Amino acid sequence: MDFWARLYYHYRRIFKSIKLYLILAGPGIIVMVADNDAGGITTYVATGAKYGYHLLWFLVILGPVAYYVQEMTVRLGAVTKRGHAEAIFYAFGAFWGWFSLLDLVLADWLTLVTEFIGMTSSMRIFGVPPWITVVVVTLMMAGMVIQGRYWTWEKIALLFCGVNLVYIPAAFLVNPPVRDVLYSSVVPHLPPGGFTNDLFFMLMANIGTTIAPWMLFFQQSAVVDKGMGEKDIAGGKFDTAVGAFFTVVVAAFCIILTGTLLKGVPIADAATAAVKLMGINKYLGTFLAIGLFDAGFLGAICISLASSWAFGEVFGWAHSLNIKVKDSPWFYLFYTLLLASAGGVVLIPGAPLMLITLFVQVIAVTLLPAALVFLILLLNNEESMGKYRNGLKQNIINIGIVVVIIVLSTLYGISVLFPNVFGN
Amino acid sequence: MQSKFREFFIDGIRNFFREMVGNIREINRRYEKPHIRTTPMVRFCLLALRGYLIVLVGILLYKFITVIK
Repeated sequence: MDFWARLYYHYRRIFKSIKLYLILAGPGIIVMVADNDAGGITTYVATGAKYGYHLLWFLVILGPVAYYVQEMTVRLGAVTKRGHAEAIFYAFGAFWGWFSLLDLVLADWLTLVTEFIGMTSSMRIFGVPPWITVVVVTLMMAGMVIQGRYWTWEKIALLFCGVNLVYIPAAFLVNPPVRDVLYSSVVPHLPPGGFTNDLFFMLMANIGTTIAPWMLFFQQSAVVDKGMGEKDIAGGKFDTAVGAFFTVVVAAFCIILTGTLLKGVPIADAATAAVKLMGINKYLGTFLAIGLFDAGFLGAICISLASSWAFGEVFGWAHSLNIKVKDSPWFYLFYTLLLASAGGVVLIPGAPLMLITLFVQVIAVTLLPAALVFLILLLNNEESMGKYRNGLKQNIINIGIVVVIIVLSTLYGISVLFPNVFGN
Repeated sequence: MQSKFREFFIDGIRNFFREMVGNIREINRRYEKPHIRTTPMVRFCLLALRGYLIVLVGILLYKFITVIK
């Protein structure tokens, strides 16, 4: 009897934990999976095509790195009930506040353009003209937010996160050598040819796609909009860990896909890879194209919301997805204008899209160090964080991560501006 | 009719910008002073950040000038 009672107690406890997690799940998974946006997929596809499986271990390391950075936004949002933009204004004053806000909006808008480039180029593979993609996607994204409930928006976004897993069956279809994949995933090593400038550039590009400024702003605002409090921090952290796991899984399977079939083939972007894969197996190319569209879509909804939340927090507009359009017109107007203008740029004949793609990295480099430094300082502010401030161990890990990211992302930004600065 | 429409349109834009400037002034006033305790660590970080951004803007300007040339 005692055994059955204990079993029932454990079952109830596990069931309750799962139920609680399903309620709290959202911001962490969404931000992490959306991190594998159109630009991210292009980076992974190019990494696989150039280095095969040799850099899988590096992605495995980047998972915990992304987790440690993002979980800080969960604590900050849950304790202070402020979004990242508002928190910076409040703590550091108007100068740093405006710098962060305007830089964020510029970086987000440019990144949005790259998401639309990804979506239009993937849909072009299926014969859909870019203007139809832009119009339909903008309407869909506007429809997702104007329905007036954060919960509904989050569940639709989670559905799109599920579509992002399309790379997993695609990678299984190509029968990769499991032993090589596992070895490359757990044993850090350099690809044949050793440490070259190309490899350095690729490693930095992978870091750049894993930690982006908009992610900090998005997750903290989402935590606040969802109404998470101090008691939800553990669940929010677990949600972020699950998201970090999925972001690595998606990226790894993307690399496995191109590393198996397109190794040695020069790949400029993910859409080109999808076309090449269609020549080998039409299902693989279709999977990659669907995945690219989904990545751009997820990236676009999160990035445009990150900016709209940030502007709403600072300007004092009603800025919750739980508020109807008529009660917060500026928030929804800003969101829609951001999407429509970024989509419109892609449709301009001869628009400098390649330049915009490169510029995104440079602008992100100006914002990322500031956002990360502010995050560390805010997490060490005992007055506002109380017992949830960073401990010694967290500070050692987080400051170490932030310093490495700042140095590498700066070098990446410089190498984008001056391609020959580190030699050929 | 046309002038009335123009008046309405121009007034609308003027009011929008006037309101925007008012909002920005209000934000600047609200967040005039930092609320974080300025420990030596905070001061050092903000100074280092300023230095970093100045160098970065310098690099961007250099690139811009060399591209123009």
